[in-house]
Amino acid sequence: MENPTLNKRIVKDRLFAGGIFLLSMVTISPIVLIIYKLVSKGYRQINFDFFSKKAPDTYEAMVAVNSGEIIPGGILNGITGTLFMVLIASAMAIPIGLMIGIFLYDQKTKRYAGIVRDIVDILQGVPSIVLGLIAYFWVVKNITHGFSALAGSTALAIMMLPLIIRSTEETLKMIPESIREAGFALGVPYHKIILRVLIPSGFSGLATGILLAISRIIGETAPLMLTALGSMEVNLNMTKPTSAVPLLIWEFYNDPNMIDLIWSSSLFLMMVVLLLNLVSKQLIAKRS
Amino acid sequence: MFNSERIVKTLLFLASAVVILVTAGMVYSLTSGAIPVFKEFGLRFIISSEWNPTEGREVYGALPFIIGTLLTSLIAIILCFPLAFSTSLFIGEYYRGTRMASITGTMVDMLAGIPSIVYGLWGFYVLRPLIVALGWSAQGFSIFTAGVVLAIMIIPYATSITTEIIKMVSNDLKEAAYSLGATRREVIFNVIVPNARSGIFTSYILAFGRALGETMAVTMLIGNSNMIPKGIFDSGNTMASVIANQFGEADGLKLSALIAIALLLFVITGIINGIGKLIVKKYSV
Repeated sequence: MENPTLNKRIVKDRLFAGGIFLLSMVTISPIVLIIYKLVSKGYRQINFDFFSKKAPDTYEAMVAVNSGEIIPGGILNGITGTLFMVLIASAMAIPIGLMIGIFLYDQKTKRYAGIVRDIVDILQGVPSIVLGLIAYFWVVKNITHGFSALAGSTALAIMMLPLIIRSTEETLKMIPESIREAGFALGVPYHKIILRVLIPSGFSGLATGILLAISRIIGETAPLMLTALGSMEVNLNMTKPTSAVPLLIWEFYNDPNMIDLIWSSSLFLMMVVLLLNLVSKQLIAKRS
Repeated sequence: MFNSERIVKTLLFLASAVVILVTAGMVYSLTSGAIPVFKEFGLRFIISSEWNPTEGREVYGALPFIIGTLLTSLIAIILCFPLAFSTSLFIGEYYRGTRMASITGTMVDMLAGIPSIVYGLWGFYVLRPLIVALGWSAQGFSIFTAGVVLAIMIIPYATSITTEIIKMVSNDLKEAAYSLGATRREVIFNVIVPNARSGIFTSYILAFGRALGETMAVTMLIGNSNMIPKGIFDSGNTMASVIANQFGEADGLKLSALIAIALLLFVITGIINGIGKLIVKKYSV
């Protein structure tokens, strides 16, 4: 019993499924290609010096390249700069972000909370380069009177803020209302409910949100170019120009002698971001 | 009397004011910084295609960059759509709940974790030579090159939302269609897509919004010219990349022009995201 229409439909269905499979494989190929490229070109440069020495100058790099050796030095100034700026940004964004998240959870349906929520959404959509420009005007021009770690951190903090607010509110929403009410029934003051009930019971969710926010800002380059600028030295002074791993990658990319260093630095940066993502995913998995 | 309840509530309220202050301050700083250039050129700043920083003959028109931004983002969304949509069906329908789906999902998520500058490097060393070899562009720096990398960068955002929405389509509807003898492809196009349409549309709008503001990867691949691109294989500049490129040597009127571009970018991304949010609100009730 031949049924040409049915056959045609089945063939179409198979072809479609094949197409979906094929295109999905195309979609995941870039990640494989990128990781392969970074590992194959970058692994040789990753050694102890890579983490313990600051970036070489262009002459040292040229000598090493000409004699066929690996480039001396590392990215210590970038690593310390990134850590330093992320730390300051976190110190600014985490407390305020948590507080606003708690506020939105607390006020849920109030009109004002709705407005705050919309503004947080707007803030989340602002391109990072615009935030860099803003931090330049606010901090570089008016506070530190020069490129500085503080300016870079400000841009990063504004980026982190909406992410932390959102994740805090979402996390708190999932805590059973009865736990909070039990606290109220016992006459516990509100700040103790926040500190002893809400934050502990939502801890893994809050931590996940913070880690994801950090992983989002750690690879940012554009805003730092307008604010922290970069430095060849290890700098831990908030008011001075500071390097960061992505800024170093940008410098290496623009210097023909140091071009070999881009792969190891990129590999390192990507590993850090993926590790942060992995840890936060583990936290989510543990919670559910 | 000391009232901890009131103090805490006031503190939380004050914290919420920070977000409003920051955003309002941003609008204020951008607007006041952009005023000189709008005073000088008026609306011509947006519709003029001439960008000439030579002293004495300074003319600033942002049209080439607005066009560059829209073109790169459009190319990105066009290339992203078939890939992200297929992957969503792969994860949320065909291989739903399997190990295969979770591995694919994780790999797509990993794309979101790669820093913009690394995409730029990869585009520069892998994609650009390919485009030169194909003879599409002499140097390989083009609107198209930037668009391809942008497409890869926004795939994870489009995929994750679309997957969630495809998963939400109720099983009853799908099973009803199967019991009528529909093939899987027919179920997808007659049940899943019509039900998930607005959500899928929103996910691409939000992905488009992301593409508009991307800076580093685009700066490294677009060729940085100040003219309106003659085609998609011509070099150009986006609003974000021109700020990153020319900020270093900018002062006076030029700086004001760059700030005005930042303001435009702020407004455009705000509108795009706003449209996305509106659709979500309208359909999530």
